[in-house]
Amino acid sequence: MSAGIVSYGAYIPRYRIDVGEIARVWGADGEARSKSLAVYSKSVPGPDEDTATIAIEAARNALRRVNIDPKDIGAVFVGSESHPYVVKPTASIVAEAIGATPYLTAADYEFACKAGTTAIQTCMAMVKSGMIKYGLAIGADTSQGAPGDPLEYTASAGGAAYIIGKEGVIARINHTVSYTTDTPDFWRREGQKYPSHGGRFTGEPAYFKHIINCTKHLMESVGTKPSDYNYAVFHQPNGKFPMRVAKILGFTKEQITTGLLTPYIGNTYSGAVPLGLAAVLDVAKPGDRIIAVSFGSGAGSDAFDITVEDEIENYPRHMGPSVMELVENYKMVDYAIYAKFRRKIHLGV
Amino acid sequence: MAIPRFWRHIGSRYNLVGTKCKVCGKVYFPPRDVCPVCHRKSLGSMERVKLSGSGKIYSYTVIHTPQKDFEMQTPYVMAIVELDEGPRVTAQIVDCDPSEVHIGMRVRAVLRRIGEDGEGGIIYYGYKFVPERTSAKGAQGHLSVK
Ligand SMILES: [Zn+2]
Repeated sequence: MSAGIVSYGAYIPRYRIDVGEIARVWGADGEARSKSLAVYSKSVPGPDEDTATIAIEAARNALRRVNIDPKDIGAVFVGSESHPYVVKPTASIVAEAIGATPYLTAADYEFACKAGTTAIQTCMAMVKSGMIKYGLAIGADTSQGAPGDPLEYTASAGGAAYIIGKEGVIARINHTVSYTTDTPDFWRREGQKYPSHGGRFTGEPAYFKHIINCTKHLMESVGTKPSDYNYAVFHQPNGKFPMRVAKILGFTKEQITTGLLTPYIGNTYSGAVPLGLAAVLDVAKPGDRIIAVSFGSGAGSDAFDITVEDEIENYPRHMGPSVMELVENYKMVDYAIYAKFRRKIHLGV
Repeated sequence: MAIPRFWRHIGSRYNLVGTKCKVCGKVYFPPRDVCPVCHRKSLGSMERVKLSGSGKIYSYTVIHTPQKDFEMQTPYVMAIVELDEGPRVTAQIVDCDPSEVHIGMRVRAVLRRIGEDGEGGIIYYGYKFVPERTSAKGAQGHLSVK
């Protein structure tokens, strides 16, 4: 029996900052910035939020929708590039906060923006092999760009959690493949507060090469073509890249619109594809076919071929907030409040 | 905060685990070994229960002179929340403006950072409360702020 998604939950912090407001501070043309990135605003975590609290909220939203004993969750993996500690796992905090401890395994994953989808793959393998009954895979981030850096316009916060199992599957994961190479397009060294990146180098040899090859490899492996899918979700560092990669691969705008959230909430890094997929599952019907492809700098892609099951009709989606409800529940802040919340201002004490 | 003291209470602090007296049915948070109503009769009858985290604001105050670790959040709201199971807990109300808070307001528990031992120390997580955004569609739901 194959493994699949038994439940899912999303979380997006409530605060937003407008791209134009960031541009104003740095003397840039806000309208031009917003247009070239196809991003209008990005989410900002509250001063008491971090990757752990976001992961916990997403996990609890997943558990609200399904009648599972948390003690049956045998593995918790949290993928992020902004874990609160360098040493001390986020996953153990999450496991405690959902009541899954102590008889389980847990670990943090790190692979830029694709750590969350890699966590899904690990859970699939452990479920399929019979090692665990359910696995919890989370992609969550509170990413930071250096003040004034182009990344500051998009680096945002959010996450989604997936409970993977064999029983009560609402969306079957038919197949998954990956594509990985050593590509230094984006990095952050130990002790550095903000990441560095290779500027334009992040496009063609990184994002496009990996997503295109991974997507093609998946479709060849399962014998599908773009028109076989109702929905496609691609990693979305901005609003433009996923549109362009979809076009290159032969997907239409209609296929990617539902899962494209970056224009409103920015790039949630490890949360991006998990959140996009959650937005699709919020509206998907039995029989719908979904392709989801992540990208993590450094660099690699994970691709998933998913079929929505009849079980989704009995699944109480309303017990947790939908992605669109989270997107629409917002409060705009100005750059000063944003800088305070993100600790870009230091107290003189 | 001392790390061992914090660590011992992680279970109840993260998940709002209290105790219920099986003699009189009263629910307590934080957990108690003996029911203050039933005294010795309750010995061995105190059952651990996970609270729903839903409740309403019983009383609140807006704090303008912050304590340590809350400088970035001023002004902020501290409230006594009456949980649906009965116990009252003191906690911060977040994700809403102080002007939105009122007595009787429905809230639900979330886990947030409650402090840290400086930039190199332990981060403490604990419950806070957010407004229960009422919506036919979801537990959190949609707030039309435009
Ligand atoms: Zn009693």
